[in-house]
Amino acid sequence: MSMPLLSILIFFPILGGLSLLCVPRQQTATIRLMAFFVSLVELLLTLPLVLLFDKSTHVMQFVEQHPWIPALHINYSLGIDGISILFLLLTALIIVLSVLVSWESIGDKVPEFFIAMLLLEGAMMGVFCATDFILFYIFWEAMLIPMFLIIGIWGGPNRIYATVKFFLYTLVGSLLMLVGIILLYQHGGRTFDILKLAGQAYPLKLQLILFWAFFAAFAVKVPMWPVHTWLPGAHTEAPAAGSVILAGVLIKMGAYGFLRFSLPILPDATQQMMLPMLALSVIAIVYGAVICLAQTDLKRLIAYSSVSHMGFVTLGLFALNQRGLEGSILQMINHGLVTGALFLAVGMIYERTHTREIAAYGGLASTMPVFAGFFLLFTLAAVGLPGTNGFIGEFLILLGGFESQPWAAVIAASGLILGAWYMLWLYQRIFFNEVRDGMRGLIQLNLREILTLAPMAVLILWIGLYPNALLSFLHVSVGHLLDQVHGVGLAGPVLPPLTSYLP
Amino acid sequence: MIHTAAVSWTALEPILPELLLIGIGVLLIGCDLFLPRQRQLLPWLTVLGCLTALAMILAAQPVTAFGGMFLADGYAKVFKVICLGAVILTTLMAGQFRRLIGPRQGEYDSLLLFSLVGMLLMASAGDLMVLYLGLELMALPVYALVGLHKREQRTSEAAIKYFLMGAFASALLLFGMSLLYGLTGTTDIGRIAELIASRNLAANPALLAALGLLLAGLCFKVAVAPFHLWTPDVYEGAPTLVTAFMSVGPKAAGFAIFGRMLLEGLPQLQGHWGPILAVLALLTMAVGNITALCQHSLKRMLAYSSIAHAGYAVLGLLPGTAEGMAATMTYLVVYLFMNLGAFAVLMLLAAPGQSRESIDDCKGLATRHPVVAALMLVFLFSLTGIPPTGGFIGKFYLLKAAFTAGYTLTVVGAVLFSAISAYFYLRVVRLMYMSEAEAPVSLTFSPGMTAALGLCLAGALGLGLFPGSLLGWIVAALTGS
Repeated sequence: MSMPLLSILIFFPILGGLSLLCVPRQQTATIRLMAFFVSLVELLLTLPLVLLFDKSTHVMQFVEQHPWIPALHINYSLGIDGISILFLLLTALIIVLSVLVSWESIGDKVPEFFIAMLLLEGAMMGVFCATDFILFYIFWEAMLIPMFLIIGIWGGPNRIYATVKFFLYTLVGSLLMLVGIILLYQHGGRTFDILKLAGQAYPLKLQLILFWAFFAAFAVKVPMWPVHTWLPGAHTEAPAAGSVILAGVLIKMGAYGFLRFSLPILPDATQQMMLPMLALSVIAIVYGAVICLAQTDLKRLIAYSSVSHMGFVTLGLFALNQRGLEGSILQMINHGLVTGALFLAVGMIYERTHTREIAAYGGLASTMPVFAGFFLLFTLAAVGLPGTNGFIGEFLILLGGFESQPWAAVIAASGLILGAWYMLWLYQRIFFNEVRDGMRGLIQLNLREILTLAPMAVLILWIGLYPNALLSFLHVSVGHLLDQVHGVGLAGPVLPPLTSYLP
Repeated sequence: MIHTAAVSWTALEPILPELLLIGIGVLLIGCDLFLPRQRQLLPWLTVLGCLTALAMILAAQPVTAFGGMFLADGYAKVFKVICLGAVILTTLMAGQFRRLIGPRQGEYDSLLLFSLVGMLLMASAGDLMVLYLGLELMALPVYALVGLHKREQRTSEAAIKYFLMGAFASALLLFGMSLLYGLTGTTDIGRIAELIASRNLAANPALLAALGLLLAGLCFKVAVAPFHLWTPDVYEGAPTLVTAFMSVGPKAAGFAIFGRMLLEGLPQLQGHWGPILAVLALLTMAVGNITALCQHSLKRMLAYSSIAHAGYAVLGLLPGTAEGMAATMTYLVVYLFMNLGAFAVLMLLAAPGQSRESIDDCKGLATRHPVVAALMLVFLFSLTGIPPTGGFIGKFYLLKAAFTAGYTLTVVGAVLFSAISAYFYLRVVRLMYMSEAEAPVSLTFSPGMTAALGLCLAGALGLGLFPGSLLGWIVAALTGS
């Protein structure tokens, strides 16, 4: 009898979140501790996955399959491959840190906040585990509700505009994808099983229609230029934890969607649409970076830098070769860590100064040296300094891009220069120059905050020095994905649940 | 020849639930007259009667009674369960309205039961005569219910409006039926389909005229645009409790005869009514969702939203197949819980002397009454159709059914309108959770209301998480009979 590890991973945070309802509202300390405990246990629960994962096969592992809505041929089917496992780890880590960063900054409606966050975690885990298209869609949409509330209730002054915009953008995209899913169901042998849907030869016209239907959902989530306009608002107005989750996990889901659905199911359309997608990616890289130079708001600048970085991700994705794809997936993790870390850091400093205006800062290097050290590391990782993880991802993407379309890589590389410009300039304005009036006597980072930032710093250096730790998960799965895209092999057989891996 | 004049009582067995409900309806009037002190027991008697009828209907075997006039088949069973559910839930909520209904408790409950019997007859109608009788029996008590607060001008206006419009729609329907009878010489719905096929009547202009009149009449009853104009005023004017009931019960019964007429009576004309309904469905969604965007009264907003939902439900009729009908039925079941839930919260907000029907009255609800706000949140997200609520499953099934039949553009339109609808449902969520309250609101819960809210929540969430058995049951009911 095998343990349903993935189901536990999905439902443990949901039940843990709901269990907070049993605690009286006034005992906020208990609620925080419980939420932290739940998220920490969830992180530990991902360990068996890493240990038992078989890196030598591309088939789905830890498979669970039960009929759910037989009348509509919808199954509750879960499974992970080398690509999704990395995102599970990232999600679990990001949530732990988000709980830590919300420790004192959330003072109002505390139980609701942590419940929303843990429900969100369950839904995000579900997105990365689902191998049934409708199940995926349900988790995908279910994320919207807690995120809408997190931004709208605990966000900044302009939160309501930002959250409604976020919700409507995402909803319209998702609904178009839903129509695409039904269309695919009609033509794909009346099944919602992702593995069965892949590897069927659909007519090119159908593939193109589906590609754009899925594009509507995934491109909004990534966000690709020109549908990125919800992102600066949502990132800026969200509370620190919300920004971290948005930047760390939520926007990766768009790219994950491309990887999981568009590429293997619609290979011909993907190849046809490669050039437009590369063009959009390059525009996002350069456009996002140029916009960053003009920002006066700290969080907004980091938000726009996400647009630029996610441009790299989609560039590597649609380069459609091994280096590009691996770089792209690695870059998603890197961006989750680095931008997540930057938002965590900004959240900490905002708690002290209550301003996001870059002009109000100055000289923090002398008043908060430890913080400045951490921020420097994150900045350099965002810039892509060799030795940090950012370098590995961007380098692989540029290599892949160059193999596929040299012009794209050449223009994209200019994004790196711009990136160094805006990030280092930002660092200079905040941490150097003379110490501003409001910046004197700021409290140093306390132990909780250092413990929040330290894992990020360690991971940034670790991946930067030994990227194979993550890349080794990817090789086989990415190779298989590329075979599917280039039509070398059809979808492999689905193995029965890997019971032998468990006691 | 010997004519046996003796009544065969066993022939009445299929309509026993209806007879029981009529009996209880009469009993309610009697109790109201002779036991005025026990009035608080009347709603419970009503609920008990409905539950008994529900059990009888669920246990009954599918039969055809009275020479095909009364069909107790799986199709009828599903709709009967929906109508009974609507009556049970609204009766449970009535405790909240005790103050307003007060001395008219007996009238209220018995009118509700008579209307229920009409709805049950509509669900079972196998003959145009029964169909019309059921329709009128359903409608007349509701006219009276709408005007329950005689002294309030808005209510009386609503009642008159509803009566005039309803009578007009009935007349259209009757005209259509008489044309059908003239062409085929029978009032048996199944027989009509056979005769149209055997006599090649499908292209007959008179038949098309009959179809047009029937469609107009039926669209009036379920409030499909452009025949929806009565709905906002009547829904807003009627007591909230009655509005809640009207937006679910009679609408479901309307869909029952809609489906029966089109699928069993006029299947050959699918090429005509399919596209017409597709356009009307889109129009309904457009009118309902776009008009709801700019409402300030929550009640009126819910009225427009219920118009929009009728538009979604019509999507299931388009294919003219059992699968499509199953989708409509599923949607109506989900709609029963989510819509009544939303109305229940609206009723909770009402206070003595103030109706508190404005959207602004939701401000800051989450701070003062987190549980009520959370319930409303679930209902509103379900109405929007966001998973994991039941609203999503219902809508998904409908879209899938319409898509299968080839109405691609209609589906894309439906999807876009449902994105528009998110805006006004979210506005309520926004005010509940993201604004500060202006004045403290104290809410009182009657035990019935608590039970009704619990049931609605269980329905709206449960059907989203475990829809398998409901869908299985509906499909089995449709295909097994």
